Amino acid sequence: MENSSIQEPFDLIRLSLSERVFVKLRGDRELTGILHAYDGHMNLIMSDVEETIMIVDVAEGAPAGQPATVNVAKRKMEMLFVRGDGVILVRLPYCRICRCSCNQVSPPSRT
Amino acid sequence: MRHNFCPLGSLIFSVFKTLTDQQVTVELKNDLSITGVLKSVDQFLNIRLDSIKVLDEARHPHMMAVKNCFIRGSVVRYVQLPSEHVDTQLLEDATRRGAPT
Repeated sequence: MENSSIQEPFDLIRLSLSERVFVKLRGDRELTGILHAYDGHMNLIMSDVEETIMIVDVAEGAPAGQPATVNVAKRKMEMLFVRGDGVILVRLPYCRICRCSCNQVSPPSRT
Repeated sequence: MRHNFCPLGSLIFSVFKTLTDQQVTVELKNDLSITGVLKSVDQFLNIRLDSIKVLDEARHPHMMAVKNCFIRGSVVRYVQLPSEHVDTQLLEDATRRGAPT
């Protein structure tokens, strides 16, 4: 059973090994890539990585509440070590539990 | 205990040790990117680089004369590794075992 194998938070990451994962980082950065290794600090080694950097530009003197323009920069890297202190979350691009593509990792059901 | 992580994070430490004398690109948290030959690494993932080159030299002219450097592990954001020298299968197996390579 898929659910019974998830006991601790790191189990979810262990099940993501050799799968394409989505990683949210500090500094408005996101990565997608194939996860090959991690450790207890959440240091990661990933391959075939695409990084997305959100650059938010708030126009000078613009009235409060005016939407800021968001520029998105993307770049690709073949093999990347990511230091764990910058990692906010790691998730699979599809639901691990029901294998749908709802883009969420739902908690194991307790029923 | 199923997660038998080494307190020193020795899996990734071992990976870096196998990559000594390879060319890597270290990106720091202040957005400075330095390419150089990895000379040594320690348990904190502090890194010593030789024959360094700063990617955007125009923005960092004070780095032009620097030929080698020591980088404190905590200021690193990424390290771009030479993929041909990384055995991904070995990494995944070692990570599942929670043991160093």
